[in-house]
Amino acid sequence: MYDAGKIIPGVVIFIGLMTFPMWLGRSAPPPELPINTPAIQQLGEKKCLEATPYMKANHMELLDSWRNEVVRDEKRIYVASDGKQYEMSLSHTCLGCHSNKDQFCDRCHNYEGVKPSCWNCHVAPKEKA
Amino acid sequence: MEWSRRTFLKVAGTSALGLGFKPALDALAGNAGSKLLKGPSALAAKRWAMAIDLAKCPLSCTDCVAACHETHNVPDFGNPKDEVKWIWREPYGDVFPAQEHKFMGAGWKEKSVIVLCNHCEEPACVRVCPTQATFKRPDGIVMMDYHRCIGCRFCVAGCPYGARSMNFRDPRPFIKRVNPDFPTRTRGVVEKCNFCVERLEQGLPPACVAACQEKALTFGDLENSAAQIQELLRAHFAIRRKPELGTHPQVYYLV
Repeated sequence: MYDAGKIIPGVVIFIGLMTFPMWLGRSAPPPELPINTPAIQQLGEKKCLEATPYMKANHMELLDSWRNEVVRDEKRIYVASDGKQYEMSLSHTCLGCHSNKDQFCDRCHNYEGVKPSCWNCHVAPKEKA
Repeated sequence: MEWSRRTFLKVAGTSALGLGFKPALDALAGNAGSKLLKGPSALAAKRWAMAIDLAKCPLSCTDCVAACHETHNVPDFGNPKDEVKWIWREPYGDVFPAQEHKFMGAGWKEKSVIVLCNHCEEPACVRVCPTQATFKRPDGIVMMDYHRCIGCRFCVAGCPYGARSMNFRDPRPFIKRVNPDFPTRTRGVVEKCNFCVERLEQGLPPACVAACQEKALTFGDLENSAAQIQELLRAHFAIRRKPELGTHPQVYYLV
């Protein structure tokens, strides 16, 4: 290899520079998502429709299936795995409890760099938190 | 043992199949534990339809238009080029072009008629929609899934009644008072009357029918012989818009 003395240190420095946020531990910490809205505080058992890990990982698929079922199949009621019934509505059911959209939805979506287009059409209830 | 290429490929192929088996099974099993139900107070029908009594409908009244457009966040852009409408008034000759003649009384010529989506039995808009954003429900309502609309406007061209409007601009700033219980639309989406599916879901009649003080609008199930709309259609002569096109419109005008 010609110029190995320059290329190898160069590659090492390049990789070091590119990965320094990772080994320095300086990447932005995941945001805190406050769930202390008035509606949630009034709940006896502080539980979403399904278990928190499921909601964290799958809320987008759940909402996607909701919108299809409501609009296309005339289904309006979701029966959760514990048998409780909920209206399949983003503005009423989800935002009914999570009334702090700016701090709950937007904060994490901004952190993850995802831009859901829900609110281009759906109307977010007035902030209450 | 000597591994030929053939043996290697066989073993690798079988292993790959085995690895794929569990995810495939999980995918087929679907979302366990959750069920979906219809709303408890929803109104059901086999064929929703509307009858409009032209004699009862006063020319100057636009109560139904206002009620509908407020309920559904229909924007008012203030210029006819961008106009978005779900239900509106149209001159008699434009609504029934084949039913006009020159000896007609002035009362008819000057009459304007309430028009809306006809929720056709054979809807042209559904046939031309490339994404199935517009579809016909089993109860006859021609419904739009705004999530799927790509704004191609084939339906606008396909609809012979001009019942569809395109949002050429962002409608939000042009809605006087946003009804938080119904979504608005966004730029690049077509919209039209939905026979108030969201109100039927709650057991309520369509907003235009509820708003009409003259009781000129009747909404009901055409397949139900006890429904008032069937009685009206039996007792009165009714015409429909452009029936010769074979779309079988389900808005009947009693004359």
